[in-house]
Amino acid sequence: MVSDRAPTPVSLAWRQYRLERRLFWRNPSAAFFNFLLPLLFLVAGGIILHGNQTDLNKLVPSIAGMAVMSTTFTALSYNIVFLRERGVLKRIRGTPLPTISYFGGVAANAVTNTALQIAIIVVAGKAFFGLDWPPEWGSLVVFVVAGVVCFAALGVAFAHAIPNFESTAAYVNAVFLPVVFVSFYVFDSSSAPEFVRTLAEALPLYPLIHGLSGAMVTGASLSHDLSDLGVIAVWAVLGIWLAVSGFSWEQRRD
Amino acid sequence: MSDPAIECRGLRKSYGDFEAVKGIEFEVRRGEVFGLLGPNGAGKTTTVEILEGYRQRTGGDVTVLGFDPGRRPRELRSRVGIVLQSTGLYRHIRVREALVHFASMYPHPRDVEEVISLTGLDGKEDSSVRTLSGGQLRRLDLALALVGDPELIFLDEPTTGFDPAARRNAWDAIRSLKSLGKTVLLTTHYLDEAQSLADRVAIIKDGRIIIEGNPQELGADSGAATYRISYRNGDGGLIQRETDDPTTLLHELTGSALAQGRRLEGLSVTRPTLEDVYLELTADAPEEAADGE
Repeated sequence: MVSDRAPTPVSLAWRQYRLERRLFWRNPSAAFFNFLLPLLFLVAGGIILHGNQTDLNKLVPSIAGMAVMSTTFTALSYNIVFLRERGVLKRIRGTPLPTISYFGGVAANAVTNTALQIAIIVVAGKAFFGLDWPPEWGSLVVFVVAGVVCFAALGVAFAHAIPNFESTAAYVNAVFLPVVFVSFYVFDSSSAPEFVRTLAEALPLYPLIHGLSGAMVTGASLSHDLSDLGVIAVWAVLGIWLAVSGFSWEQRRD
Repeated sequence: MSDPAIECRGLRKSYGDFEAVKGIEFEVRRGEVFGLLGPNGAGKTTTVEILEGYRQRTGGDVTVLGFDPGRRPRELRSRVGIVLQSTGLYRHIRVREALVHFASMYPHPRDVEEVISLTGLDGKEDSSVRTLSGGQLRRLDLALALVGDPELIFLDEPTTGFDPAARRNAWDAIRSLKSLGKTVLLTTHYLDEAQSLADRVAIIKDGRIIIEGNPQELGADSGAATYRISYRNGDGGLIQRETDDPTTLLHELTGSALAQGRRLEGLSVTRPTLEDVYLELTADAPEEAADGE
């Protein structure tokens, strides 16, 4: 029998995860854009806002939200498009590797990066930015998990809209930068125009930053931020639906 | 184990209004190398990708190692190796690392070092895939398809873009698969490749198999081309005669030449090659829109 020696889906997911981790650090541009960039923003912001605790209190959760988005949405869009256009997904589809094991490994890799970044940001907040340890650890975990699920699904879904690898950077940044900008602006400025605020509140990043701020800075309990969680959940459901329904293992041929 | 490795009955595939595969029938026996030949756009790749489980058929009955490939059962994927026309790999993976990783997906993988030497990748084990040449990448494709020790191997145009030496090496590797008892389904548009590797070939045109058989006998049996006798006449002009009955014609020619005291310079009798058959049968191949090839 073949099946009695077939590797289990869990052990295969673990192997895939370990491969993804090794390859991640071998790719300097991925390591930079997906990992170091938010931390550089944190350092730069810290230098500019040095001594202004009110602003630092807003900077840290903003960067944490951006880190979630870049380690999941940006990283997965890039990866999926690259793997699809290069035929890696098609090759994998021809092997007995179960789909769930493959995506389990890929997602776990992204989640590891998110967790590492959040950990670094929390420690840096305590060490250099005049913040205390997060007052609401449970709420922090809930928002990070919700943000990861939401932005990972949106990243995979967005990859379907990107026609080829060469245009990935343009497509991804056309979404990432405006969303980050609008969300940071509205979170920072109470005088933002009403329509900009409405827009930011409807997008998933602002509610994530707002929720992370409650968990990391102000100590607002989770029940306080349920509406933020609700917006993220709606985007997550939409993202998962689009990610699954539009998924393509192969390059499109015209 | 006497049931065929692949059975294809009335296979159809449509893309919208365009019918790329129009009722294909063939059988691949266990342990044989079967060649699917045809011009670009004939439906070869569509057919093979249905058998590989990448595409769903529109109609017909297909079994691969006794399974329905459209359902993509994991056991079938464990027993089949696929070399696609063009597939990439992770940019930063190394040769041995890739083979070890893919081997881990299979229940009974082959020894990785053995696969490396079988495919001539010795000395490249620790190289990053990015640094491999086109030919080396193609050998890695073959190695990745073999590492799970499959019973059946799909090779989709395995030597396209190879230089002559690399082609010979690839042919040797494919012959070694046969000697290992593997079944191979090969698609190619190189006739010499089909002729030197395949036990049987089928020629596809416009989504249909137009002829099938042993590549050596295909020409003679097809009636599509006949024996050709050629020689030079006294002025040095080339004379070519075609016949179904070379014995009689040769007797007439040599008899009259001897009677007249002439020599038949450059006399040759050639059987139609697969190439003649192929060119004749696919002569009016229309420039149809690519059907996914």
